Amino acid sequence: MEQVRLNIDGVDVVTTPDRTILEAAREAGIRIPSLCYDRRMEPYGACRICIVEVEGARGLLPACATRVTDGMVVRTDTEELRRIRRTIIELLLSDHPRDCMTCESAGNCELQDLAYEYGVKETRFPGEEHHYEVLADNPLIERDYDKCVLCGRCIRICREVQGVGVYDFVNRGFEAVPGTPYNRPLTETPCEFCGQCVSTCPTGAIISIPSKGKGRPWQVEKVRTTCPYCGCGCQIDLHVRDGEIIEVSSPVMVGPGEGNLCVKGRYGYSFVHHPDRLTTPLIRKDGELVPATWEEALGMVADRISKALDDKGPDAVAFLSSARCTNEENYLLQKLARAVVGTNNVDHCARL
Amino acid sequence: MTNSIDDLEKAGCILVIGSNTTEGHPIVGLRIKRAVMKNDCKLIVAEPRHIRLCYYADQWIRHRPGTDVALLNGMMNVILAEGLADEEFIRERTEGFEEFRKVVEQYTPERAAEICGVEAEEIRRAARTFAGAPSAAIVYAMGITQHTTGVDNVLSLANLAMLTGNLGKEGAGVNPLRGQNNVQGACDMGALPNVLTGYQPVSDPQAREKFEKAWRVDYLPGNPGLTIMEMVDAALRGEVRVLYIMGENPLLSDPDIRHLREALEKVDFLVVQDIFLTETARYADVVLPAASFAEKEGTFTNTDRRVQRVRKAVEPPGEAREDSWIIAQVASRLGYDMGDVSAPAVMEEIASLTPSYAGISYRRLEELGELRWPCPSPDHPGTPILHVDKFTRGKGKFSPVEYKTPAEEPDSEYPLVLTTGRLLTHYHTGSMTRRVKPLDELVPENRAWINPADAERLGVAADQEVAVESRRGAIKVKARITEKVPPGVVFIPFHFGESPANALTNPALDPVAKIPEYKVAAVRIVTGKAMEGLEYVTA
Amino acid sequence: MSGNGRTKLVLGYGTCGIAAGAAAVKEALEREVSAGGYDLELDIAGCMGFCFREPIVEVFYPDGRSVVYGDLTPKKVPQLLQAAAAGEVLEEWVVRRSDDPTAGEGDFLANQHRIVLRNCGRLNPESIDEYIARGGYEAARKALTTMTPEEIIDEVSKSGLRGRGGAGFPTGTKWGFARRAKGDQKYLVCNADEGDPGAFMDRSVLEGDPHAVIEGMIIAGYAIGATQGYIYCRAEYPLALKRLDIAIAACRERGFLGEGIFGTDWNFDIKIKKGAGAFVCGEETALIASIEGKRGMPRPRPPFPANEGLWGKPTNINNVETLAAVPWIIAHGGEKYAELGTEKSKGTKVFCLAGKVRRSGLAEVPMGYTLRQVIFDVGGGVREGKEFKAVQLGGPSGGCLPASLLDTPVDYEAITATGAIMGSGGMIVADSSTCMVDLARYFLSFTQAESCGKCVPCRLGTKRMLEILTRICEGEGEPEDLERLEVLAADIKAASLCALGGTAPNPVLTTLKYFRNEYEDHIFHHKCTAGVCPALITVKINRDLCTGCGACAKICPVEAITGEKKEPHSIDPDTCIRCKLCLSRCPEEAIYAE
Repeated sequence: MEQVRLNIDGVDVVTTPDRTILEAAREAGIRIPSLCYDRRMEPYGACRICIVEVEGARGLLPACATRVTDGMVVRTDTEELRRIRRTIIELLLSDHPRDCMTCESAGNCELQDLAYEYGVKETRFPGEEHHYEVLADNPLIERDYDKCVLCGRCIRICREVQGVGVYDFVNRGFEAVPGTPYNRPLTETPCEFCGQCVSTCPTGAIISIPSKGKGRPWQVEKVRTTCPYCGCGCQIDLHVRDGEIIEVSSPVMVGPGEGNLCVKGRYGYSFVHHPDRLTTPLIRKDGELVPATWEEALGMVADRISKALDDKGPDAVAFLSSARCTNEENYLLQKLARAVVGTNNVDHCARL
Repeated sequence: MTNSIDDLEKAGCILVIGSNTTEGHPIVGLRIKRAVMKNDCKLIVAEPRHIRLCYYADQWIRHRPGTDVALLNGMMNVILAEGLADEEFIRERTEGFEEFRKVVEQYTPERAAEICGVEAEEIRRAARTFAGAPSAAIVYAMGITQHTTGVDNVLSLANLAMLTGNLGKEGAGVNPLRGQNNVQGACDMGALPNVLTGYQPVSDPQAREKFEKAWRVDYLPGNPGLTIMEMVDAALRGEVRVLYIMGENPLLSDPDIRHLREALEKVDFLVVQDIFLTETARYADVVLPAASFAEKEGTFTNTDRRVQRVRKAVEPPGEAREDSWIIAQVASRLGYDMGDVSAPAVMEEIASLTPSYAGISYRRLEELGELRWPCPSPDHPGTPILHVDKFTRGKGKFSPVEYKTPAEEPDSEYPLVLTTGRLLTHYHTGSMTRRVKPLDELVPENRAWINPADAERLGVAADQEVAVESRRGAIKVKARITEKVPPGVVFIPFHFGESPANALTNPALDPVAKIPEYKVAAVRIVTGKAMEGLEYVTA
Repeated sequence: MSGNGRTKLVLGYGTCGIAAGAAAVKEALEREVSAGGYDLELDIAGCMGFCFREPIVEVFYPDGRSVVYGDLTPKKVPQLLQAAAAGEVLEEWVVRRSDDPTAGEGDFLANQHRIVLRNCGRLNPESIDEYIARGGYEAARKALTTMTPEEIIDEVSKSGLRGRGGAGFPTGTKWGFARRAKGDQKYLVCNADEGDPGAFMDRSVLEGDPHAVIEGMIIAGYAIGATQGYIYCRAEYPLALKRLDIAIAACRERGFLGEGIFGTDWNFDIKIKKGAGAFVCGEETALIASIEGKRGMPRPRPPFPANEGLWGKPTNINNVETLAAVPWIIAHGGEKYAELGTEKSKGTKVFCLAGKVRRSGLAEVPMGYTLRQVIFDVGGGVREGKEFKAVQLGGPSGGCLPASLLDTPVDYEAITATGAIMGSGGMIVADSSTCMVDLARYFLSFTQAESCGKCVPCRLGTKRMLEILTRICEGEGEPEDLERLEVLAADIKAASLCALGGTAPNPVLTTLKYFRNEYEDHIFHHKCTAGVCPALITVKINRDLCTGCGACAKICPVEAITGEKKEPHSIDPDTCIRCKLCLSRCPEEAIYAE
């Protein structure tokens, strides 16, 4: 692809013409603040936080929605821009609960980050605030539109990425707010509960119910792993606090899912900590499975395999390996069958 | 998959057949939707049920369950008759075309339409769309394979791809979607009765010799072992005495539960190594508590051959241990020292014995995040698209495939066709998802999907509890009355132990792949008083 | 309009006429003509522009004279018919006479220069034959059969025509972009989503001369290479929609729309898309979204519709007035059009005179006329002889200009320099009884309600500005409020996504600039000089003038007025809600607000 040269804040940047100013700047290590931007979706240009000055352009331009052109000279951090961004942040805060103390998204909130960066403690423009009912009409996704900044990310990710379109804005002006058709509960819409809207919401307006109150971003360790469900192989981050998985997210643009997950991938983790988990070997005694030590259990397994080998030969033993276990474990099990027991009686549920 | 998940977005046409992609493989489904929404890809859905992808489809073909070969032959007949085939590809890259042509010529769209229960024009249109696209990808899943004609179905798809030159290039390919996180890996690792790792046949003395040497054993058996369904039969015959099951729940996932339960009861010794006391584990003599995916290191290989890392995030509960540790302990008690069974060390051993994994190591995976096999050397970037210049066997072979009826067809006694499958919210036998409270709350119980016409005829109301009965057993389940299934067809998901669809399914196998026919079984619906006399199977 | 030797009566039958009672007059005319056995021809026409005298009938005598009568009622019809049949003129009803341009309100038209409105009121808009008879479709035929698309674009460029929807972008240049844009399919959209309060020129043209717009579209479509046109017209314009439907059907019948038009191999057709009346859908990208069936919300530009418009295809969008001027330009040549106007603003502009102006109606004048000429020479000055205070130009997006700027010429750049905008051409005249803070509040309440809610500055900024203005009007303004308004106005203008937000603060900024004292009076002295803001006024009765007739006490909804019969009354200020109903009722004008 042809190359485009532009100058951003005095830095010469070379990129391709399919890039927006925001993308080109981020690639060059220049951070332009944003709120309605999510790289998974088409540019939207609604929050106006990312506005920049482009020499020769009529008015200020949203960096997220403006493609670079050759010779462009861009300024991202002038006094005027900072002033306007501050006004925008103050306007947003003028209709936003100041409950960061208990908000689920504190520490993971782009509005909070902006207020922090621009030092906005209070708004010069207090006025009417919305008080919507919190919508928890399903077991997974809670919506509190008092915290909505109308960035449209939930609407767009549902429509553009998920291809479903459960949400759109309803009403106009100050009364505009995202909603479902006829404000029906999510369970009565085509919602797939993928939680993509949760993943993109920049504030605490849409949150995951199972993670509520379980931990702050700085209290968790994120462990990158592969989703244990279908064969897509999405990359997921397990959020772990004090030995418990409290949330799952997916790194944007990484792996087959590119940061998108389905309902199982995002919400199907708590089985790991289910009280039904087996915590000790069991041995059948008098018809009942009773707890045993590893020594007893393993000894018994080895004994019975040896006995079958002695009585009937290796093909009297059969192994079912697992499409849910790792490559290494499958390898070891077939090695156990072939090298140790001496049988090719090893299969798994590939066909099922 | 011959191509990659990302590659699907480059397709000009996608044929989805036998896959409810948005529920079974949601993220692949998402990519297909995006191909349609963003890139004007033409989507053809061939599927008896109305699935969500139908909303995005250019064309939906509602053929009868089990008639895929007829449909595909009909499409190929049109492609040949209308001169839409890729002559150059056929000439340069394939063989066996003439015999194939002779068979396909028998399947006029009219004849195929008759078999499939669709209009001939639909078959023509699909053929033209598929063959007319600059690149066309085929996506399929268990709706294609879980038939007694599963192999025939797959061969037909391969025929279609070769006929239109849609192999070895971007946005094309034959792309099976593997149903579980690591089916691909389990196969790659030789957890199959006839092959060692990387599909090296057990019958190949050279391969055996290599492994004998590496594993420091004198002898490895060269005769293929038993497949899962054969193990069941062998157990019933008393030939298999010890059954060692790791991380599987066949009692819910295998066809004809009653038959399987007999086998589990019959074996002398059953070991189940799992994270829960599954329906199967309840029959075990020894249960070994294993670590879940979040409690261990390792790799999974996904459906597009991507090897990716699994990392330990939390400690296993109580005395549960990693499967690798357990296996090594058993081996050592049988007198074999497996040595270092840490995941990186095992991968090193796999790489040294498996040409397609030779270039894969934990160091590289840490660095790159993923590697797609074949990856034959440590500097190889991996292979997103298979068969670019040539097929594994050299030339691609056309297979003449005749349509065959399913093993069990509806009759006056069992007049309905049962087909089984998955729901978005649940996974396989539900041992995981049904223990996730919010997921189980979303879909807490099973439903048998019945077409309104059938429901009316049978006098079944929505949510009414009915019995569904096949020659193998009966289950109680509530009815969901929906146009999403065609008249004459009942769909039941198999995730629910309390009303297990696999109590009804037919264990008839594909003669080659030994895959059971989950997608077609004859059943009847019983209501009212008559339900009382039935004996119900639960897992 | 005359012709076959018979006297013809043409009734103004646009929405303005119908609203004033033209339907009843029409019925009376038909009834009386047949009852009286008159040999008179009856017809209808669109709005002539004399909205202030509707219902209107123009009588065409066989000798070529014509007389316009206004303020008609069914009762006046028999007398009108008698006079018309007798060839007499009813002097006291005359609005305009063709043989004496100074009679009646004649100078209203005499001071205009009508190009866009050339046919409005002059023909039956439901008759394609009448349009053809006045030279209609000759320009389109000429364009399609004798000119290349490039030549047409050249001609339009030469005319200097600029977008009449408000922004004033050169039309020829815009067409050139669309012409050069690559695409297998291109679209032409006529923006008929007229939404400014007080603007009705597009409606009048669509109702009065729909074929002019369609002909303009045929020419534009051919010039840019679009085979499909859309007219996006609000559903609140049922008459315009009906007449467009009739006109389009007639065009298809004549082969002016459809395949191979005018015998060429060019295809062009038009679909009508009814808008649901969202003001923001006048913005190009929101309009496109609305046609596509999405919620009408703008998106950032670029990409401009010329490259990525309707359904992602190159799309050219022109306003009704712009398109209606095109046939004239092609027929008479661009240079002829460019003879009118100023250096950068050529041709004519249609204004809608409204508010406290004496003659409210349609005024088309050459660019370069001063506001004074428009308001006083054409509009006849302020009603009831009151003092001119301000004129709001360009509707809610525009600005409010004081008397000192009355000599500003009608010219895009000159008007923009004042802080107002040309906009679509609304001119709302204010007199001394208008409170400028209240006026700004009114316009902001409109834009606030019509904001789509997408971008933060517009959605929340205009809301906060409105709240501030409201509290100022309610006497609760704070000293810091003026600065708050200025900060918000500047930042909303700079940062809004589309022109709705980008111009919404204009009424506030211009009133702050030209009438700051009124804001200060409200905030610091709790005084509304114009006597409008209820919280800041007291309604009083001048005891010297009051005759004690009791009319005020009767109408007072809160019984705040008391007094003995024939004795001066008084108002209890605590009960009074300052609705001022009594003011209008008092025959002695004894009641006043201060």
